[in-house]
Amino acid sequence: MTGPTGTTGSRGGGTADGSHAIEAYGLTKSYGKPAVRVLDGLDLRVARGTVFSLLGPNGAGKTTTVRILTTLTEADSGSARVAGYDVVAERSAVRGSISLTGQFAAVDETQTGEENLRMMARLSGLSRAGARRRAGELLERFDLTAAARRPVRTYSGGMRRRLDLAAGLVGSPEPEVFFLDEPTTGLDPRSRHGLWDVVRELAASGATILLTTQYLEEADRLADRIALLNRGRIVAEGTAADLKSRVGGHRLDLVLTSSEAYLRLAGRAVHHSPETLTLGLPTDGSAAQVRALLDEVDPTGHAIERFSLHSATLDDVFLDLTSNAPTTPEASTHV
Amino acid sequence: MSDTALRRGTPARHSGGPPRHPSPAPGLLTHTAVMAARALRISSRNTDALITSLALPIMMMLIFVYFFGGAIDTGTDSDSYVMYVVPGVLLLSAGFGAATTATAVSEDMKGGIIDRFRSLDVGATPVLAGHVAASTVRNLCSTALVFGVALLIGFRPAASWSGWLVVGAVLVAYIVALSWISAAIGLLARTPEAASGFTFFMSFLPYPSSAFVPTENMPDWLHGFADHQPITPAIESLRGLLLGQEMGDTPWIALAWAAGMLAVAVAASGTLFRIRTR
Repeated sequence: MTGPTGTTGSRGGGTADGSHAIEAYGLTKSYGKPAVRVLDGLDLRVARGTVFSLLGPNGAGKTTTVRILTTLTEADSGSARVAGYDVVAERSAVRGSISLTGQFAAVDETQTGEENLRMMARLSGLSRAGARRRAGELLERFDLTAAARRPVRTYSGGMRRRLDLAAGLVGSPEPEVFFLDEPTTGLDPRSRHGLWDVVRELAASGATILLTTQYLEEADRLADRIALLNRGRIVAEGTAADLKSRVGGHRLDLVLTSSEAYLRLAGRAVHHSPETLTLGLPTDGSAAQVRALLDEVDPTGHAIERFSLHSATLDDVFLDLTSNAPTTPEASTHV
Repeated sequence: MSDTALRRGTPARHSGGPPRHPSPAPGLLTHTAVMAARALRISSRNTDALITSLALPIMMMLIFVYFFGGAIDTGTDSDSYVMYVVPGVLLLSAGFGAATTATAVSEDMKGGIIDRFRSLDVGATPVLAGHVAASTVRNLCSTALVFGVALLIGFRPAASWSGWLVVGAVLVAYIVALSWISAAIGLLARTPEAASGFTFFMSFLPYPSSAFVPTENMPDWLHGFADHQPITPAIESLRGLLLGQEMGDTPWIALAWAAGMLAVAVAASGTLFRIRTR
């Protein structure tokens, strides 16, 4: 287990040594006029056979990263290899080696589950009979046999995502790298757990999985390694334990007695509320650490009026990990 | 069945080692055939739209023949307006029928399914050709219905065997061309609603032509447009051939128009698809 690697990965050393299923160097991408920079020099390496989670809020660049790595869009600069193939020069080979499940279910609502799978199987090159057989296998494997002849519009959210995943598996041989873009967004907790089981099974069979999510818990449960993405850059990367140790896991909110005390401590805080003179500091939540923290920031016992303890949210993780970075405007107006 | 239960026993997979080569890619023809079957299946289940697209042309014909027909002097020796108006109704319904292609394409672009197709290496051409093929089948059904009802209300075609063949060729060529233009419009429009709005203009193209009234009765500037717009040669050749007249090179001019429109639509839709999926 290695420590967090921070923002600067090795750049330009794109050697395909076979140990990484996904390698990306210095990816940038801007959209629109005036151009909004969505990716700002993203570096990424995912070892073969591991589950890697890209964690970030809306607009962090998760979907853009996935679209570049799955050849659906091209980066403005930088390079990437997936399953050993260059995503631009060897686009077809990449497409033959991957499976993508996007945020929007990529299946036809008016076709049945079986018709959708047979169609995808035919498009990926199977014969009519082969496609029928493959569709049957996949419906069985994803527990959709009973719903096979129903139009997809009658499916629940969880069934739809499972069908979507199955549709990504029709090709033969099975894909070696899976991209799951926010696979559980909008699902109820029960369906979410069902989908986690699917991901674990894919991982157990040796596939490499890149999963994007807004949910810390999801990344925590599924991923071998997690990268935090913010404003188009990886701001931290490591195992779930690494990241938790960086952010604490809880937030100690202090209501201060004076603005002097507020200004003195503001630099350490992940949460600021100047109107109420309240600051939130990261902590692991243990009594020993909270006591030590209170003693440390307020040795004389006069600066803090009240305190309260909260579980850290994803927001806190981000605010903590980005608080030292200069805040750049969302969009640069002159391009 | 529950959302959580999942079958165990995923087949073993070889991990590590050199990357495997993907299976050989199926050809353009297979892709197009699969996409056409898909579009047909989807439109056959869209019952409301299907009934509208079959009933509308017949309603249009009945309206023209019985509401307006008595007041229109076509200056031809044919004793009834129905003989004059059938080709116009056929082209009008081709326009209406093709317009649904724009909505269907736009629906596809809105969802995630295009990304899935692209990740299976299916390009713009098979996707659009599938929609155009389905549109052609739908239109031929409504064309057959229009012919059937026209026969019931007094339409007596006098076309020769070869005449019928040319009628079929011109009709199919225009349906395909108008459908592909409509597909391009579907790529251009940001929403299915906008797509359906744009195609409204295309559906009106048969009106300033000789479809329903002779162009001589129109103002000079419109007369000039009506005589030289792409729908007119189609109308003229269909009408002439169905009445058993010799049409010279008019059907060839019609086919050339259709080929030209199709070429432009295919080129434009290729570019639009690349822009939309960038």
